[in-house]
Amino acid sequence: MAPADLLAALFPEGHNVTPGAENTLLGTAIVANESVAVLGITDATPLSPEIAITLAGFVLDIIRAGEKTPIVLLIDTASQRMTRRDEMLGLNEYLGHLAKVITLAGAQGHRTVGILYGTAAAGAFIATALATQTLIALDGAHPSVMDLPSIARVTKLPLDVLTEKAASTPIFAPGVVPLAAMGAVAEVWAAADGPLAPRLATVLATSSNQDTRDVLGAERGGRKQAHDVALRVAAAFLKPASGEGAI
Amino acid sequence: MIPKNISKAASWYESSARDRINGLLDHGSFREILGPEAGVISPHLALFDLPPAFDDGMIIGRGTMNGHPVAIAAQEGQFMGGTFAEVSGAKLVGLLRAATAAADTAQAVSTVFLLLDTGGVRLQEANAGEMAVSETVRALLEARSAGIAVIALIGGRAGAFGGGGIVTACCSHVIISEQGRISISGPEVIETNKGAEEFDSRDRALVWRVTGGRSRALLGGADSYVKGDVASFRQAAAVTRNTLPDFSLATLDAEQKRLEERLNAYGDCRDTPEIWARAGIDDPKNVSELSDDAFIALLAEKGHAHGAR
Amino acid sequence: MEKFTISTRAQRPLSGTTRQAILGVVASGNLELLFERIGGDTVEINILTASTGYRTVWEAVIRDFVERTSPGGVRITIHDNGARPDTVMLRLMQGAKMLEMPS
Repeated sequence: MAPADLLAALFPEGHNVTPGAENTLLGTAIVANESVAVLGITDATPLSPEIAITLAGFVLDIIRAGEKTPIVLLIDTASQRMTRRDEMLGLNEYLGHLAKVITLAGAQGHRTVGILYGTAAAGAFIATALATQTLIALDGAHPSVMDLPSIARVTKLPLDVLTEKAASTPIFAPGVVPLAAMGAVAEVWAAADGPLAPRLATVLATSSNQDTRDVLGAERGGRKQAHDVALRVAAAFLKPASGEGAI
Repeated sequence: MIPKNISKAASWYESSARDRINGLLDHGSFREILGPEAGVISPHLALFDLPPAFDDGMIIGRGTMNGHPVAIAAQEGQFMGGTFAEVSGAKLVGLLRAATAAADTAQAVSTVFLLLDTGGVRLQEANAGEMAVSETVRALLEARSAGIAVIALIGGRAGAFGGGGIVTACCSHVIISEQGRISISGPEVIETNKGAEEFDSRDRALVWRVTGGRSRALLGGADSYVKGDVASFRQAAAVTRNTLPDFSLATLDAEQKRLEERLNAYGDCRDTPEIWARAGIDDPKNVSELSDDAFIALLAEKGHAHGAR
Repeated sequence: MEKFTISTRAQRPLSGTTRQAILGVVASGNLELLFERIGGDTVEINILTASTGYRTVWEAVIRDFVERTSPGGVRITIHDNGARPDTVMLRLMQGAKMLEMPS
């Protein structure tokens, strides 16, 4: 979906979101008579230090304003940009900084919602979409951690064997459906199901203070163990006298 | 060249994850959680005909450091590259959440030590691994918000790559040795995607100049540089608990400024000696040849010490 | 991958009092072993190996190990990633030594 169409569909009550440097979007919009901040990345642009620091700066400005404005992050990025120069300059710090800033906004009372309308992969996915409290994927979005040919190369499995395995488990397959099964994507919105704006208003009106993605992953059957393991660890940690042994 | 007096000491790089834990904590104080006897192994590796490990390459628990209670997690870089996966990730996430929940109780810990040794997300469990990284970031930042220091220690075979690089950047403090490497896309990945002219992964000196511990420490991506023996890591870990940034708007404002300044100052450089020359370091090409002692002295004079992470 | 159990009896229980030991890593050409005391004089060895078709080699190595150390009352669980027989023997002997230490 083109950014202009997406903005029109999400914010029929009005917005002033405009393109910024480095294929970013910035502005405000009205949802259910309330003002929300809107940030975005467009055109499947790889996440560079420049984009990460630009977006992080916007978010810090919103936090500093002190209004607890909800933040909607529109995402169509590729993976992190893959250059020697970016890694030399500490790309991990720039992506980590962006993830921290978005997380801080959530912790300080800003409702943060990611809307994935294009691609997102690998580290860029972690630093943007997955750093929001609630991630919505539009029908037709295509998130991936790693594409199947790359997985085939690393695991030394033939691509057709890998494709066949992907059909029976969501654990490594790219796409919205497997990532929803993981609990990564809270809701998938299809245009056929009606206008997007009321659905966005509903999501913005709910609170989300805890990370329950592993619970969702267990309920949906995509990650059967993660939540249970985390709970067992916490139980053992809080009662150190029982069930632990020194090795 | 390895000096004689160091070669006798246990090397962090050569040690297993369990040996690193035992060398870091007070002798005999480690209490493992979900240890091998619990049989919590990856349910997904069999699909790929791969043998599992008892701990899924993630060893977690609690212990003491100079008598103070701490939590600890160590990745075993030799098993599946120390990767983030469903079980290994959930163990780390559970530990971080537990440390937060334990704040102000009798089970409280002051610090979580993350002994990172990872190639990133385990591709056989790519989606679960990606979620594990994201949940680790969230749980780690909640621990920091609760006043718990989270300290990364990096100097293992696998480095801190992929999501491990992002997790590193979210920690309160990063301790690294010369052998430690931090990056998101590894050199091989960049070479595969962009060609050897972009990043020649076989040029080991180049790889180390770009991702290695000395460059990270000089530029500000790591906070403490230590010699590569276990005792040096322990010494640094024991003293860094008192001076750590809180997870706050002020800290992240300072980090924003720090990272903007780095881009402005060095954004057009192609290799680290260019950066070092611009930073006023004499003989910039020689940084990787210095002895550890000489490098530590250089770092004290020219490094980007900061409290913005 | 192949999974099987080898059970046998030892002349006497393994000495020492340590209840559990883990050693090794599931790296290429290596293996990890978990030793647990279960009492009695049987020896139970559960093997999960990435290399199929070597059961007789495992049986020979374990026979030799049991004769040399008499590890009665011990269960050993192994995750193997293609370790050579001499590596397996070395690790088995190391593990038995760890259990023989006073706890």
